[in-house]
Amino acid sequence: MDLTIATFLVQDGLTNGAIYALLGLALVLVFSVTRVIFIPQGEFVAYGAMTLSFLDAGRFPPTASLLLCFGCLVFLLNLWDMRREFSVSGLARNALLNLALPAAIYLLAVTLASTQPGAMVKALLTILIIAPMGLYVYRIAYKPLADASVLVLLIVSVGVHLALMGLGLVFFGAEGLRAKALSSGMFMVGSFPVSAQSLWIYGATIAIIVGLYFFFEKTLLGKALRATAVNRVGARLVGVRTQLTGVTAFVLAATIGAVSGILIGPIATVYYDTGFLIGLKGFVAAIIGGLASFPVTAFAAIGVGIVEAFTSFYASSYKEVIVFGLIIPVLVWLSISTTVHEDE
Amino acid sequence: MTDMLLEVDGLHVSYGKAEVLHGISLAMKPGSILTVIGANGAGKTTLLNAIMGLIPSTGQIRYNGQPIPRTVEARVAAGLCLVPEKRELFGTMTVEDNIELGGFLRSKHEREQMQEEVYQRFPRLAERRKQLAGTLSGGERQMLALARALMSRPRLLLLDEPSLGLAPKIVADILQIVAELRTTGVSILLVEQNARAALEIADEGYLVELGEVRKSGPAAELANDPSLMEGYLGRQDSED
Repeated sequence: MDLTIATFLVQDGLTNGAIYALLGLALVLVFSVTRVIFIPQGEFVAYGAMTLSFLDAGRFPPTASLLLCFGCLVFLLNLWDMRREFSVSGLARNALLNLALPAAIYLLAVTLASTQPGAMVKALLTILIIAPMGLYVYRIAYKPLADASVLVLLIVSVGVHLALMGLGLVFFGAEGLRAKALSSGMFMVGSFPVSAQSLWIYGATIAIIVGLYFFFEKTLLGKALRATAVNRVGARLVGVRTQLTGVTAFVLAATIGAVSGILIGPIATVYYDTGFLIGLKGFVAAIIGGLASFPVTAFAAIGVGIVEAFTSFYASSYKEVIVFGLIIPVLVWLSISTTVHEDE
Repeated sequence: MTDMLLEVDGLHVSYGKAEVLHGISLAMKPGSILTVIGANGAGKTTLLNAIMGLIPSTGQIRYNGQPIPRTVEARVAAGLCLVPEKRELFGTMTVEDNIELGGFLRSKHEREQMQEEVYQRFPRLAERRKQLAGTLSGGERQMLALARALMSRPRLLLLDEPSLGLAPKIVADILQIVAELRTTGVSILLVEQNARAALEIADEGYLVELGEVRKSGPAAELANDPSLMEGYLGRQDSED
């Protein structure tokens, strides 16, 4: 191998690693706040990528219909919950958030889909369609079980993953799709070409990490999420509702998933079931970060990307085995080095 | 209509099949300090947790003449605040963040105003603003737990064993602060093993044994009750 190939592999690894980092961060975020191991995070990525592909082709994205279906279901569920304590304001809020919001997004998608808007508009519309799904998935699948054990929540996650993947097949079909790059073109860094898309990927990843940092360090809601992760009882005692932090974590995760999808859509062909594998690689990074540390997860994700790039060059048939095999020494190390302390 | 702030009537709590509170009733006036004393395992902590809504219970709890709100968060919003025995601080966050979060349900303006008041009351915490809560000493942690609770502008403060594990000098400081709080209009339901110290600052006292109220009355009377002398108060001359 010469230096040129190595540089290409590193660049490839960094690009994929940045996307795994986003996934890993979303997984850590959701787990630390809600104790949910969020396997369906990959589905948000696939939904994001495929929504963008549909918009690129000037077609109406079926995820907007799916969002509307989710919204109606949540509206009905909330209505059922209100049977004992009915209030007009509650009903209005329910209708606004779960009927009016997805309907408005649906209409926006209908209007914009055929007009071939700019790449940025399409990307924003994609985020707008996917982000509220976090809210609805939380409400439908997890909120009724907010106090269940981690194992029960994991089983729910497997179910949600299968359901979302199946819905992906129904709504998108079995064909693979590829989106257009946010901006085309190549830059020369020294003597190496760097694509504009990979610059978007690095930029978006860094922006999200910085954004998350400010959210968690500087805003009261961000601090409330951290507080919930540190001490759930303490958080409830100062009046932080479990539902508020849960919804926030899931909407953030869905947003990050949509962004990941927008970034990966133009560099890989995405099928309805692609999300799972990408999600698992983010999961490897999150495990290395102990499902708790954001910085370790981000660096581990870059490492996963680079290992993947090099193994696909040297031993491409063992690529996945080696990448997922990374977990084993880490688990051994964690089991030796960490002392178990009781849940506070 | 009654003029009681808190009325608990026939409160039962069970963990699985074991019932630990067998119909506890108590009432407290606004602006008073009520103390619940009793041995370890009598059900004092369970009583506070049930009033706060952390654990399910049956029976009636009325707050401010109304049935108490259903969820913990709604109870915090209504002015109840529990300082639990384990403090439940946010250990990996700074003292400042812990205090700020105490005012989570208050407006930004109120929060800033309370923050100043709280730092004046606890100058020690002001010095340690940037320190992580997990690195504080036992007494400082208790102060932080109290400070965080005050940030929510409570009308009724539920204190669970505030003196637990603290040096006698610090216990005196903490109880002094508790007594001062009452002058600001906060009502306090104090659970203590240190019965004599608790009865000294309280208006009313309840003795709880094995999940039932055994005795209740003005704190001064209980403090001189010969039947409590041996089991709970210790001999007067053995103090200090």
